[in-house]
Amino acid sequence: MATLELQSLQKTFGATTVLHGIDLALADGEMLVIVGASGCGKSTLLRLVAGLESPSAGRILLDGADITDRDPSRRDIAMVFQNYALYPHMSVFDNMGYGLKLKGLDRATIKSKIEIAAETLGLTPLLARKPRELSGGQRQRVAMGRAIVREPKLFLFDEPLSNLDAKLRVQVRADIRKLQKRLNITSLYVTHDQVEAMTLADRLIVMHQGRAAQIATPIEVFDRPATMYVASFIGEPAMNFCPATITRNGRAAKLDAGPELTFTDGPRTAPDGTAITLGIRAQHATIASGPNSIPLAVEFAEPLGSETLLHGTLPDTTPFILRVTSPAPIDHIIPIEIPPHHIHVFDPTTGTRMDPA
Amino acid sequence: MERRTLFAGWLLPAVLVAPQLAITVLFFLLPAWRAFGESVRATDAFGLNTSFVGLANFTELFQSSTYQAALVRTFVFCIAVTCLAMGFGLLLASFANRAIRGARVYRILLIWPYAIAPAIASVIFVFLLQPQIGLLTNLFGRFGLDFNYATHADQAFLLVIVIAAWKQVSYNFIFYLAGLQSVPRSVIEAATLDGARGFYRFRTMIFPLLAPTTFFLIIVNIVYAAFDTFALIFALTAGGPGTATETLVVKVYRDGILNLDIGGSAAQSIILMLIIIALTTIQFRYTGKRAG
Repeated sequence: MATLELQSLQKTFGATTVLHGIDLALADGEMLVIVGASGCGKSTLLRLVAGLESPSAGRILLDGADITDRDPSRRDIAMVFQNYALYPHMSVFDNMGYGLKLKGLDRATIKSKIEIAAETLGLTPLLARKPRELSGGQRQRVAMGRAIVREPKLFLFDEPLSNLDAKLRVQVRADIRKLQKRLNITSLYVTHDQVEAMTLADRLIVMHQGRAAQIATPIEVFDRPATMYVASFIGEPAMNFCPATITRNGRAAKLDAGPELTFTDGPRTAPDGTAITLGIRAQHATIASGPNSIPLAVEFAEPLGSETLLHGTLPDTTPFILRVTSPAPIDHIIPIEIPPHHIHVFDPTTGTRMDPA
Repeated sequence: MERRTLFAGWLLPAVLVAPQLAITVLFFLLPAWRAFGESVRATDAFGLNTSFVGLANFTELFQSSTYQAALVRTFVFCIAVTCLAMGFGLLLASFANRAIRGARVYRILLIWPYAIAPAIASVIFVFLLQPQIGLLTNLFGRFGLDFNYATHADQAFLLVIVIAAWKQVSYNFIFYLAGLQSVPRSVIEAATLDGARGFYRFRTMIFPLLAPTTFFLIIVNIVYAAFDTFALIFALTAGGPGTATETLVVKVYRDGILNLDIGGSAAQSIILMLIIIALTTIQFRYTGKRAG
């Protein structure tokens, strides 16, 4: 197992810059999940680490050794591909043994290693089969087995669950986490699925347009999103954004939709009258009539069973989603309140979080 | 889904298939029937007397040492042409598959020889290798190599192998390139991360995945080398010097048309026809099974 460090890693394809300089350090045994929408550069980042693409600038250090220019076959990194990339003409046994044979291990060692890995993943009865005779979930496990049997320094996962059906995905997700913890494998995991990202990660890197928007633990990313992009990408449904302005010497925000909210975490440094954006998650607003309540004009409701999402607009035409747990009173106008300790303050021009001084 | 067009009546369909049927009957079925008829008869050199001789033409062939020699020669010729043409086709396809700059030009240039008529291909090589004035002959001469395919049997045989292979490389190149492009990139990348490189990766990963293409090409190349190289050989050496480049198809022509042994020649064509039918059946079976 090993540590991984990326130093201002950049990648350009012709005139297009895909990665603008990523700095990252993984501790030994850490699972870091790279999450972002398609085209954000997350797969490119993974392929750079694997050596399947070469960076335009920057360095990659594995266990302290510079591997930036090392051939991918000599990096001692294993990767689980989205389509599993099993060798179609080889049995499960040979799929797992291919890398071991190339390491120069003898036949008996290879056999025992494969048997142990197969036992771990429940592949023992399938060892003689060809990939085309396996189900999707089985193929996924073979891909995992092929990676762990080599005991590589680093594990790379490229959306390994996206080809599985929803139910299997939840189970395999848990299996991957258990296995990774038990074997203590340093891992980079790429996904576009925020639930996968939140549940698997020790730390998350949220990518946006070739930059790391935030690198933090899942809870921190959820509780203190660094940018409006992160705030809207992580969390379901996406965070509501309401325009507002700073008032009372930075101690409060006046919503365009009506009430004034006093910051509970301290005053902002921006002068009064500065336009800001307040972020509020759908589950944090409450139905309540009071001096600070805002009328929400409900347009439609999405019942999800244990909860209901009410889609509507505030008086200043800002769209707003409210999550309620009880069977919702589907009136046309509902009074809602925004608890001040649940608001996130963002600069609307840069999209970055504004914290108290 | 198979789309069928239904015609009312029989006249239009009949008119539509008539040209193809006419060609098949006129240029294949009738000659084949005639050949079959001739193969069991013997005709004197002047064409005045014809008599039924049963299978005598066939038994005579299999006892004839020149026929056996031609059989062996054709066999060697086929193997050599197939190996050369497929080997180079695969090699060039691997390069083309990797090339990024100028890949299109490279591909077009490689496909060109296939579009050249066989006789023209021979003429090109005559310009290069003509014993007295050929460009390459001249060059070889400076290095002390006496190149004269008109007198040296080995050189003549080697030359027809090379030209026949050269013309077929394009065909193999196209199929291998298509085959290589259908090998999933992630499989190759997975093998690379497993530690495989260069020729080892090719041998254990790419080549096995090309097996269906390779099988198809082996059959096609054997059929090509055995039957489609007549024009090429005939234009270059006419089977000579002596019988050095006389493959079975050339022998059919030489025995029948030049030496006027119509019966023996017809018997040879019947044998060739049976070989072709056998090879085609194997290929159809195999490719049919894969498609199903």
